[in-house]
Order: sequence, then C-alpha cells, then structure tokens
Amino acid sequence: MMRQIAVYGKGGIGKSTTSQNVVACLSEAGYKCMIVGCDPKADATRLILHKKAQVTVMDLARERGSVEDLEIEEVLLTGYRGIRCAESGGPEPGVGCAGRGVITAINFLEENGAYEADTDFVFYDVLGDVVCGGFAMPIREGKAKEIYIVTSGEMMAMYAANNISRGILKYAQSGGVRLGGLICNSRKTDKEYELIAELAKRLNTHMIHFIPRDNEVQRAELRRKTVVEYSPEHPQADEYRTLAKKIAENKNFVIPTPMSMDELEDLLMDFGILEAEPED
Amino acid sequence: MELDTEEEMKRIKIKDHNELFQEQEYLEQFEKKKEFENPWPAEKVREVAEWTKTEEYQEKNFARKNITVKACQPLGAIFCASGFEGTMPFVQGAQGCVAYFRSHLNRHFKEPMAAISTSMTEDAAVFGGLNNMLEGLRNSYALYNPKMIAVCTTCMAEVIGDDLNAYIRQAKDKEIIPRDLPVPFAHTPSFVGSHITGYDNMMKGILTTITEGKKGEPNGKINIIPGFDTYTGNYREVKRLLGIMGVDFTLLSDASDVFDSPNTGEYKMYPGGTPLEEAADSVNATATIALQKYSTVKTMKYIEKEWGQEALVLPPMGVKNTDSFFDEVSRVTGKPVPQEIEDERGRAVDAMIDSHPYVHGKRFALAGDPDILLGLISFILEMGGIPAHIVCTNGDKRFAAAANALLSESPFGQEATVYTGKDLWHLRSLMFTDPVDILIGNSYAKLLWRDTGTPLVRIGFPIFDRHHLHRYPVIGYQGVLNMVNWIVNTVLDEMDRKTMDTTSFDVIR
Repeated sequence: MMRQIAVYGKGGIGKSTTSQNVVACLSEAGYKCMIVGCDPKADATRLILHKKAQVTVMDLARERGSVEDLEIEEVLLTGYRGIRCAESGGPEPGVGCAGRGVITAINFLEENGAYEADTDFVFYDVLGDVVCGGFAMPIREGKAKEIYIVTSGEMMAMYAANNISRGILKYAQSGGVRLGGLICNSRKTDKEYELIAELAKRLNTHMIHFIPRDNEVQRAELRRKTVVEYSPEHPQADEYRTLAKKIAENKNFVIPTPMSMDELEDLLMDFGILEAEPED
Repeated sequence: MELDTEEEMKRIKIKDHNELFQEQEYLEQFEKKKEFENPWPAEKVREVAEWTKTEEYQEKNFARKNITVKACQPLGAIFCASGFEGTMPFVQGAQGCVAYFRSHLNRHFKEPMAAISTSMTEDAAVFGGLNNMLEGLRNSYALYNPKMIAVCTTCMAEVIGDDLNAYIRQAKDKEIIPRDLPVPFAHTPSFVGSHITGYDNMMKGILTTITEGKKGEPNGKINIIPGFDTYTGNYREVKRLLGIMGVDFTLLSDASDVFDSPNTGEYKMYPGGTPLEEAADSVNATATIALQKYSTVKTMKYIEKEWGQEALVLPPMGVKNTDSFFDEVSRVTGKPVPQEIEDERGRAVDAMIDSHPYVHGKRFALAGDPDILLGLISFILEMGGIPAHIVCTNGDKRFAAAANALLSESPFGQEATVYTGKDLWHLRSLMFTDPVDILIGNSYAKLLWRDTGTPLVRIGFPIFDRHHLHRYPVIGYQGVLNMVNWIVNTVLDEMDRKTMDTTSFDVIR
C-alpha cells in the first residue's frame, strides 16, 4: 500500500532537510521511496542525488516548449539507496504561476507512470504554505492523505503551522487528507519542546518528534548528503531514524483545529514568550 | 429610401454582401477609405504575396515556433459528454469559452447544443471557483433536470487549481444536488493537448464515475468508443453494421441523435445519447473497441487495467482497416461476417477500381486530426494516391511514428513527410514550393485552395462552409464509397474546369 505524504512548513524551517533525512532512513529500513519536490527553488532532492540541483520538469518543459515532449527518465532520477527523485521546478520569482507548475509536474509524473505500484512512500516537499490551489495539488483527492508540518519554537514558524492547518482543514473537510503531526526542528528557543507539544495539542494533533539542533546536519548538507549517509553512527542520524520509524508506524491522523490569532498569541504569552502589554 | 406601403416593402430586394459590396457606391467608399488607412501600395502587397510562395519564405515560416489556433480540450470534453443520455455538459470557468465551444459545434452540425458555464469572474480567480460551482450545479439541476452533469474546466479554473473532485463532493454533502446524481468530471486545461485530449479525459471521467460499483456478471456485449468523431453518419453506420452482424453492443458516447435530431417542431434539450444504464453496464462487457486511437489513449488504458477487458483500437477507415475491424469483431463475438457486408466490401472495391485511374499517382496534401489522417493515409495508399505533405497540428511523436510506419509499407508512401506541431500556414508554403494535385482538410483549408488553386476535398473537423457532409460516413465500406466519390469527383470537376476551352472537354470520364 503506497503512502503519500506531504510536508509543509514555513520557508527555511528545514522541510527539505528533514524530508530527505527521513526518506533516507526509511530507505535504510528497506522501504521503497520517492521524493517529489514542489517548489520552484528545486532544492528538495540535492542530498539524495548529491547534486546542486536536479533538472526539473518545468525546466525541461520550458526548454522543449511543451511538457508533452519530455520523457519520464529525464526528470525522474535515482539517488541514494534507490530513492527516486523528481522536482516540479517552476518560473523565476515574480513571474508566471508557480502553482500551475506544480499541477503540471504532478500530472506529468502520474500520467507517465512515475508512481510504481511497489513504492511504499512518496514524499511531497511543498513550498512554505498552501498559498494557492496549485500548492494544494499534493493533497488533492487520490494523492497525499497525510501531512506533516515542520515547525520550531519561533513565533513565525508557529504562525505558519497554524495557518497551514487552516488550509488542511479545508481539504480535510471535503476529502480524506489528515494531519499526521508536527515535527519540531529545534531552533533552541525557550521552552521549545513544551511549546510545540502544546501547539500540537491545540491543533488536535501530536508532536511526532523533536529533532534537536545539531551542526552535523549542516556538515552533511555541505557535502550534499543526508546525515544517515554522511555519518551513519552519529546520534543525529538516530534522531532521523526515530522520526522515520514514528512516521512509518503513525496511526494518529486528525482533522486539525486551527486557532485564531488571539488564541495563538495567548498561548505564546502563557509560555512567557510574549510579554503581556502593560495596561495604560 | 422611404417605404410607404406594405406593397413596396414586399418588393424590396434584400441584397447579400456578395452583391452589395460590389456596387459602385461601396467600391467608391472603399477607395476613399484608403486615404485614412494609409495602406502599402498594391504593387508592394503583390510583391510580398509572391515572396510568401518562395523557398526563402518557407524557411522563415518553418523557423516559426508558435502555431496558429487549434481547438482546445473542453471542446472535446463537451462533445463527449453530449453523447450520453440526459447529460448536461458543465464547464467550470469563464463564459466566453463555452460560447466558443457551442458555436463551433453549432456551425459544424447546424444543430443547437446545450452547455453550462459557471461564469467565473475576477473574484473567483482570487478566491477559487467553489461558489460558482455550487451555484452552477444548483441552477442547472433545478432548471434543466439532467440525468447526469459532466464537469470539465477552462484555463482559468486550471491555473488557479480548482479541485473539481472536492467541489463536487461538497455540493453533494451540502445537498445542493442529489447524492445519487452522477457528476463525472475531467480536468481539461485548454493549454494542454487539444480537443482530442479533452474527449479522452472526459470519457475516462464519465466511465469511471458511472461504472463505479457496477462490476458484476459479464453481459456478453462489446463496447464501441467512437472517439472525437464528428460524423453523425459514422455513428449510424457502425450501429447499422453491428446490427447486421447481430452483435450486442454499447456505443459509448453516441452523439448521432444529439447532433442530428429530427425536426419535429419541438425543442428537446437532450435528444438521444447512450442510455446511462447501458453505459454503467459497459464495465461488464467482453471487450471494448475504440474507433480512434489518439482520442482514447487514457480511456483505453483505464479499461484494460481497471476493467480487465480486452481493449482494441480498430479505426475502420479504408478497406484494410475496415477488414481488420470486422475480423476482430468477429473473433471477439464469435459471430461470422455476413454476406451482406461482404457484398458491401465488394461494391466498395469495385468503386475504387472504377475510379482509380483518376486517383492513382495523384499527389495529396493532408491536414487534420491524427486519427482521421491515419485513416486517410491508409485509404489513399490503397487507391495508389501519393501522400506528399501530411500536417497534424495536434499530433505527437507517437502519431508521427505510426504515420511513418504506415507510409513506409507502401511504394506510394515514399514521398511523404509527416509534420506534427505545424499548421495550415506551414502547409501553404509546402504547397507552393512542392505543389500537389489534391488537398484534403477542413473548412480552413479553403484558404489554401484560394491561394494555391489546389482542389480541396473537405474531410475532417470543422466543416463550416459545406452542408451535410457529416451525415455521410467515412468509416466502413460505405465510408470508402463516400471518400472515393468525393475525391474522384473533385478530380473530375477540376479536370473539366481546366479543359473547358480545349478539345479534351469530354462528356465521358
């Protein structure tokens, strides 16, 4: 049974790093995996392919003039432990429609048989937020049914997580998509563990894992590798292995209950992150 | 002019523009207008027009990447949906698109057709088209009482990423339309593929929805999918032929009565179409036969994989293709091909032999949709005609490979070049630099007839400027007869025109 998973979260929070490390661990555990990058920046597969950036569906479509002139082998590459990788790509910032690029790319992959029946996990690494219909493509009917949100104790990351939950709510009500949990990619902020655990609770989900901050991730990234590949014995590799195992065994799938802005700020104040404004 | 009496009004002759604009008054007006138009001198215009006939211009022309207008996906989707009983084609998108689809089909068939637009405007572009979809479904169900609503999209809904599946589910959850009303859907971005892609997507959508949970006992029937076929005569022909053979079949999307309905003085919104119950039972058939390949690719893949049926593509255009069609139908159903059909074949072959001296060795330029082109190539080769330029605007690499394979099998196919992604303006260059005897194409090819003087046989879609051609089949042995008839008589007309003032102006040809 193929499980399709979408990973969302604030820009720069570590979605791509986390997904690639998790996928590497899942492959290590014997699962057959695939990553589909849904971001014009196209940086969702570099740690698996050991390349600066892979050629994207939309790059080639732009070159050839039409997506119909592409062959699947040109855009579906195989990397570390047989993980298959594709990047949607998209326009330069500020022009065109990146969302449509995602729709086009995923349709192309589907129609050309990229989703092989023996695949266990497909991970969609999606640009920041569900900003438009295009970036919701991975969670449309028949595609990803599980979503994980990568966040941290930083306020804006939490805002984003709450906001993404709103997007998911819309799709969860009409379809089968569910939130599988929050992944806390630690930034070493105050009371981070408790705060994200509480945020998760308010969103009706759970913090599936707390990834401690460790420079080993950066060292591996500089060499275009995941931690599991670069230093398999390092404790950080075990953190990703644990997260991968938790995802593989996860049974906690919910319709999220996003908070209002006031509630979110109250939560931050309860944890002493925001100072209550003095009464005049 | 003042008209005083009814009598005078009756006497007034209404002139059409052919006559009117040639009158002195108008000719003078056109001449005077030039002062404001500041046009190039007539001599320069002639000079450039001549230059467009040269090799030099052809090179520039073929360097052109953008092709002129081709028809788009929702047109095919709507056409496909119309061929089902009581089905309202429903387009999520802006209004103008649907007006175009309808008028395109009206002009070809000279018949009215119904289709809904959800009339998306700027707010829908920003906030998504959910409300348009809900309102549209509510209204069309209440006003037009359809048995099925088949939803497709225009560019606008596609670019903003409207999720049809989720929207339709919501409409049912909110009880805007009954839960048991079949509402199949197909995403049909106009900027991908062409009308044949849209037909395919919609057919797959309809079959997926309508056969859900219907898998049961085999019904011993076969399914026939005509594809994007705009010859109502073809639908009637396939029904007649399978009737003669005694084959029990379901025609999936039967557009014949919808686009060729009897005039009884009473308007019917849903004339004819494949009964929905039969369509739902199609999942239990022995086999499915598509009469076109390129407009049924995804559908046939789906049928083979999901229904586990034998899925055959057998376009019966030309003698050899029609033979294979009957051989396979006979094999699949166990029914022999009756003498009546053998006789029809004999008459068609006889007609080909009668006319072949005038067609043999003639060079052809062909333009059209991939399936009709493959049929035409096959037939022309059978007649000893020489296809020279084959232009398929909406053809892909696979079509080009198939066409080349077909051409390479015959000594008459050796001169041909297959052009995909090229248009009639490219063909115009080719017809000047390497002229042919006969051109086959749709009504737009008429402009090449005018410019190059090459006689035109109208086969394909759309045909706006001649009436009733769509009532005559181009498939089966009757189709062979019709094609022989149109082609040879065009050749003979041209011969008469050219020999009018010579001793060769013969009464007997």
